Amino acid sequence: MSLLSLQKVDKIFGGLRALKQVSFDVPARTIFGLIGPNGAGKTTLFNVITGVYSPDGGRIEFEGRAIGGESPARVAQRGIARTFQNIRLFRSMTVEENVMVAGHHLHRASLLSAMLRTRAHAEDEARLKQRARELLDVMGLVKHCRDVAGSLPYGSQRRLEIARALMLEPKLLLLDEPAAGMNSQEAAELERQIRFLRDEMGLTVVLVEHNMAVVMSVCEAVHVVDHGETIASGTPEQVKKDPAVLAAYLGKSTENGA
Amino acid sequence: MQPLKRLASATAIGLLLYGVGLWLQDGLIEYAQRIVLLAGINVILAVGLNLINGTTGQFSIGHAGFMAVGAYAAAFFGVKLAPLVQGLVGSGALADGVTFNLALLVGALLAGLTGLLVGAPSLRLRGDYLAVVTLGFGEIIRISFNNAQFLGAATGYFGDTPAGLPAYTSFFWVYAWAIAIVLLISNLTFSQTGRSLAAIREDEIAAEAMATPTTRLKVLAFSLSAASAGVAGGLFAFMQSGIRPEDFRFDKSIDMIVMIIIGGLGSISGAIVGGVFVAVTLELMRDLQQYRLVLYALLLITIMLVRPEGLLGSRELPALLRARLGRKRPVGEAK
Repeated sequence: MSLLSLQKVDKIFGGLRALKQVSFDVPARTIFGLIGPNGAGKTTLFNVITGVYSPDGGRIEFEGRAIGGESPARVAQRGIARTFQNIRLFRSMTVEENVMVAGHHLHRASLLSAMLRTRAHAEDEARLKQRARELLDVMGLVKHCRDVAGSLPYGSQRRLEIARALMLEPKLLLLDEPAAGMNSQEAAELERQIRFLRDEMGLTVVLVEHNMAVVMSVCEAVHVVDHGETIASGTPEQVKKDPAVLAAYLGKSTENGA
Repeated sequence: MQPLKRLASATAIGLLLYGVGLWLQDGLIEYAQRIVLLAGINVILAVGLNLINGTTGQFSIGHAGFMAVGAYAAAFFGVKLAPLVQGLVGSGALADGVTFNLALLVGALLAGLTGLLVGAPSLRLRGDYLAVVTLGFGEIIRISFNNAQFLGAATGYFGDTPAGLPAYTSFFWVYAWAIAIVLLISNLTFSQTGRSLAAIREDEIAAEAMATPTTRLKVLAFSLSAASAGVAGGLFAFMQSGIRPEDFRFDKSIDMIVMIIIGGLGSISGAIVGGVFVAVTLELMRDLQQYRLVLYALLLITIMLVRPEGLLGSRELPALLRARLGRKRPVGEAK
């Protein structure tokens, strides 16, 4: 059964049809790639799935339940976590605090008990801190846990965003260009970490990525969009040879052959 | 062990406050005593306002309105409550203390509720819009008091007797409330709720994507901040024979903003420093009358140019001291 399912989703901005009848299914525990040239609508798809925008048509289902049009906070509670293309960390807070913010489900003490510093509050803090450290360790950032988030190098900030998203204990993780700005060594490390999330933590991952080496090596299924429309879909091998994909990326007419 | 330790420190602080209060009463002229009380009240105002403006990053410039609600509510209920309490425990220091603190609680509660009513719709707005709306509400509240006959309208509220409001406000109570509020708010700031508030300030979209109930938390911070202003208003009311609507004009809100900007937005210790600073300079500049606003404007501009983050930035004094004292000498310097 698919974890996430989009059926003929439309999104219109004024006169622009940003998404046209986009449909795809993401089976549980797969690493799913969403690719396409710049401006194809990939980030718009993420924003529609996570409730930043509501779809103007079609249906979005998560675990068989319709979620289209719900608020971002509600969608996050349901188990869909995301990172942002243009990194959105809480820059002046520490690395550890960034992760702890997303730990609402580990937070049980009431407001009053926090204000009076009761034992329930202390237990809360300990639980949040421990889980945050575990996840920072997964992403290789535990040595930076007391640093200010905005001071981290670019690649580490991207990995911190993933650690923060993991703190929600999601079932589905949406990564928006996680390898952007990473060198090949960092990208290889990221690939290993993404596989770990799926294999060891049981997550389903959807990633938008321009680094084709990463997409081809890590994804089991790839969906290609251009101008808001689906142009191809299949395994990385199939998609790589698809004439429509080559045309979209290389801008050549297909008759000449690839 | 923990509760016992807390009780012991509370008793120690109480005794200390009482002793210092007695000493000030003998040692300082009345004028200076007034400044000391105002400094304590300002600390409450500044630390409360910092919760919403500094920590949460939602700019309110109408907090004088909440202070007015607290002042009027505390004064009115205090006056009506006094005979009841005296009937129960007899007149004396005990009756006064009970009446005073109940009145302050009523003031805090009503100011907090007003904050909830104002905040729930307006905190959906962002940035400049929120500032304009809070400014408007602050004025609406003041003008309502200006027209409330049972509270003396423009003449002000002086209680039911010619003697005016009872002088309940003392060094002990001002600083006991100030310490309690500073502790409660700093505990809140350094908890999961406080982290979520700071996350809203840093990036509201990301906070929401991390399942943070942003609107609920903003309204909560705003109401708590309004309730603190209410306590400050109550303490202010019982310092003098009466309160008038013009005590809570727009420039009172500006004074509060000056306090938190001087100290450093987002820093509780900064708000404390700023509150004391404004109490002292306001008195020093009393002869200048309205020109003090010009001086404040110049001071704010200078701070923005020279040290835009305020005296302390968003840092806290204890952390700063620890960093200073614990700083290790760089390797190169060792001999």
